[in-house]
Amino acid sequence: MTTTSERNVTGTSFTRGLGIVTLLGIVLLVVLGLFVSPADVNQGESVRIMYAHVPGAWLAYLAFVVTGISSAAYLWKRTRSLTWDRIAGASAEVGVLFMGISLVTGSLWGRITWGTYWTWDARLTTTAFLFVTYVGYLAVRGLGGSHHQRARRSAVLALLAVLEIPLVHFSVRLWNTLHQEASVAGRGTDVTMDGLMLFSLFLGVIVFTLMYVWLVLHRQRALALQDMVEDSGLDAALAARRAEAVV
Amino acid sequence: MDDLGFILGSYVVTFGSISLYVASVVRRSRRAGRDVPREQRPWT
Repeated sequence: MTTTSERNVTGTSFTRGLGIVTLLGIVLLVVLGLFVSPADVNQGESVRIMYAHVPGAWLAYLAFVVTGISSAAYLWKRTRSLTWDRIAGASAEVGVLFMGISLVTGSLWGRITWGTYWTWDARLTTTAFLFVTYVGYLAVRGLGGSHHQRARRSAVLALLAVLEIPLVHFSVRLWNTLHQEASVAGRGTDVTMDGLMLFSLFLGVIVFTLMYVWLVLHRQRALALQDMVEDSGLDAALAARRAEAVV
Repeated sequence: MDDLGFILGSYVVTFGSISLYVASVVRRSRRAGRDVPREQRPWT
């Protein structure tokens, strides 16, 4: 058995290396984002919030797409495995975290630029709806039942929820909205950002991606441990009942 | 910087909430790991 003093339960040499690189990336991102990159011609100093806001939103999308793909992999009989379900759950949890960060940082940016923390604009409203949907997904995962019952119902929900992502992404084109269109990967992309600003933004995306991988690896391993503990508890309870029946 | 509080706040919220989440994941995995022998963990 393991000891209670064990510190690194879900880590491997790969995740430790990844963690160190991610931490260094975070330090570089903060230095570049807050001190080195220039102020924007239109947004002024508030553009610094974008280096956390934009990567948070993109990685939340990625996390929810991974949840959808993993859920499909679980539902497909050939690849059915609880590992897919745990990856889906872990990815959704990290996605909710990043989406929450994106909403809060966007709200702070909106206060500076628009003069209000919140407005019922198309992009903001659909993003909030996406956030609430995945909070609901996590709540559904927490309902009772066997591991496979949990996996099946949450996989179906994830496949429905992922359909909201295009709606959120294209909301800025479908409706009149305060939120600007994509600055880097938009229609007929003609990037006019300062090189250092663009570098800071891409660094943010890379750092958030590394964080995402690190968090999902650890969280899905923690979920595997929790499932093992529940299974061993069930086995022990069954053994106890059988012993009582014999007596 | 007129909006320093908002800008710093956004970084504090971002990395503060990620740090809290990391602490929560580590705590939950340690708790579950107490009852699972090392040899039963596929990643070790």
